[in-house]
Amino acid sequence: MPATNDSLSAPVPIDILRFNTCGSVDDGKSTLIGRLLYDSKSLMEDQIEALERSADITGGGQINLANLTDGLRAEREQGITIDVAYRYFATPRRRFIIADTPGHVQYTRNMVTGASTANLSIVLVDARAGVIEQSRRHTAVASLLRIPHLVVAVNKMDLVGWSEQRFREIRAQFEEFLPRLAIQDVKFIPLSALNGDNVVDPSPHTPWYVGPTLLGHLETVHIASDWNLRGLRLPIQWVNRPNAPKDPALHDFRGFSGQIAGGVVRRGQRVLALPAGLLSTVKQIWTYDGPVEEAFCPQSVTVVLEDDIDVSRGSMLVGLEERPGFGTDLRADVCWMHTRPLQAGRKYLLKHTSHTEQAVVTEVVSRLDMGTLEVQPSPAHLAVNDIGEIRLRTARPLFHDAYGVNRLTGAFILIEPGTHATVAAGMLQASSEAVRPEGAEYEI
Amino acid sequence: MTNYHLDHLQHLETEAIHILREVAGEFERPALLFSGGKDSICLLRLAEKAFRPAELPLPFLNVDTGHHFPELNEFRDRRAAELGARLIVRSVKDALDRGIAQAAPGEISRNRLQIPTLLAAIEEFRFDCCIGGARRDEEKARAKERFFSFRDAFGQWDPKNQRPEIWNLYNARLNQGENMRVFPLSNWTEMDVWEYIRRERLEVPSIYFSHRRRCVRRGGQWLPANDLVPPKPGEEVRELTVRVRTIGDVVSTGCVESPASTVDEIIAETAAARVTERGSRADDKASEAAMEDRKKAGYF
Repeated sequence: MPATNDSLSAPVPIDILRFNTCGSVDDGKSTLIGRLLYDSKSLMEDQIEALERSADITGGGQINLANLTDGLRAEREQGITIDVAYRYFATPRRRFIIADTPGHVQYTRNMVTGASTANLSIVLVDARAGVIEQSRRHTAVASLLRIPHLVVAVNKMDLVGWSEQRFREIRAQFEEFLPRLAIQDVKFIPLSALNGDNVVDPSPHTPWYVGPTLLGHLETVHIASDWNLRGLRLPIQWVNRPNAPKDPALHDFRGFSGQIAGGVVRRGQRVLALPAGLLSTVKQIWTYDGPVEEAFCPQSVTVVLEDDIDVSRGSMLVGLEERPGFGTDLRADVCWMHTRPLQAGRKYLLKHTSHTEQAVVTEVVSRLDMGTLEVQPSPAHLAVNDIGEIRLRTARPLFHDAYGVNRLTGAFILIEPGTHATVAAGMLQASSEAVRPEGAEYEI
Repeated sequence: MTNYHLDHLQHLETEAIHILREVAGEFERPALLFSGGKDSICLLRLAEKAFRPAELPLPFLNVDTGHHFPELNEFRDRRAAELGARLIVRSVKDALDRGIAQAAPGEISRNRLQIPTLLAAIEEFRFDCCIGGARRDEEKARAKERFFSFRDAFGQWDPKNQRPEIWNLYNARLNQGENMRVFPLSNWTEMDVWEYIRRERLEVPSIYFSHRRRCVRRGGQWLPANDLVPPKPGEEVRELTVRVRTIGDVVSTGCVESPASTVDEIIAETAAARVTERGSRADDKASEAAMEDRKKAGYF
């Protein structure tokens, strides 16, 4: 076993930015993705050849960048439901993962799937049309999912004569409703995906715009603080117990393996094991590359404790300084993703971190009107693609954070018993009660 | 203040480890598909990182088409033994003999015949989950695949009706007879795989590196000339300095001309392939250099 730990701690400048693109069918989303890949020289030769072939056949010699996503086009022609597609490209500064989320069929389901792990969301707006219901919907979903960064790509600027006035109008339309949402960082970029203006290369048509190009922004937007580093949360996925270790030191090894969902864990740190409610001390942080003194979110580790206490899959180790909330009565925002609507009284399986609990929806509190972003109280149900607030009760207490504080310990999915369909994405609100450990040792 | 920063490989690594542990936690009888190819070599290291110091909690499964490169099978058997893992091999030939799979008239490739062989193995061992090394950047259909890819009782993927996959909350629920394919490397690119092999100093089979081989020109590719791929009259046969970029059967694996004999050189070649592709646009399509680059890229 190497004693060095270079694969866990050596800083290397290249990181990954995950982003998703959303827009309606005619906003030029496929063209924009095609332009990003083409102008950043991220296409393989066979892909370019295929583009050129189709340009000769159908495009009168003009390359159609939307054909890069022609997997989707073929599906459309065959009438198959369109789904999220993932694409990858790299520049010397960053690796990028694009979740290409189609905007019209199953839009909430697709967008939530594509955007839940994103650092950044690009909302496309057609400069001629300005803000439409789709723009508000996409922005609201991005906000609800707490995607830290938003880019409003004002596309087809060539079709409005590169008018600064029009760009400012659209920006003002957004700024009307943005204060009601939870997005901290918004960037507006005027561009033409078709002609490549301000996508990778700066446009000569926008001398009035001093900001970065789209790729320039994607390469430099600060994402290092997107992970929650306050308050240790380590949901246990698997108990590590060697059966017949050759190394005698491992005879009594009992490690708790999981991916850190928040904060930092240190050797010697006092931790609280939930749901047991018992305190212990971190004896060792075991990794394949050797023991480490500390590890942080989102690293995967195996922790050994000083005391032999009840910890298994579904348990969570937490730090004492920032305690999670708990309870069986929960309030949450949900995106409903199934054609069978959600009604109060229905029972589901709720998967949260590494455990699954029985849950019943006790009340549908409200539904968000996407056209107006107004809240409608007490709807009869939530239909597919609806967003709303619900109350639910779980069979056992859920140890969690508000989603706005921690995207990993504040999130859950609902699974329909029997069909096992994933029917909802849920975002928990803050609990009124915080966890307290057993015993007198603990002081706040 | 310490620098709490993960680079791209560390991100991909922790994502994959989390997925492997979810498999161990959620499924009764998982298996890991191990061919000895570069992607499944990365999977093995990730499994070690996920489950050591304990034993790997799942056996390895490989479908032997009978057309494998011998170097690959030797490597597969040796690595499984070194890791103390149970290796299950089920062969297409055996499936043909037992009537589990039927070859179409004149069908030489055993690509298609792997499928019934794999499904029979899943049934035989009642595996509820098979972990594979497939990546989304490989091709368009794969770009739409989930990490946890649900298969019905016939082993079918239904792209029309995939479960939404949100955050890192994977729905692993199955009914009797259904099973799951799980792809921890979904977000990895070819470049990531080679960089990970370099960082982890992983051994890979010798055929990934430059070597001399007698090849036959067929369908725009250099195929390894052997008993299964006998040169037909009029086909060009040459001894070349080649390596393989991706490994399938000996009847279908194109060799690329390459002097790359180390992992560093393969990484440089992979990166350079992008650089030449930058230049080789429609305008210089007809030039000699572009043709050569295309051969080097060796893409399907």
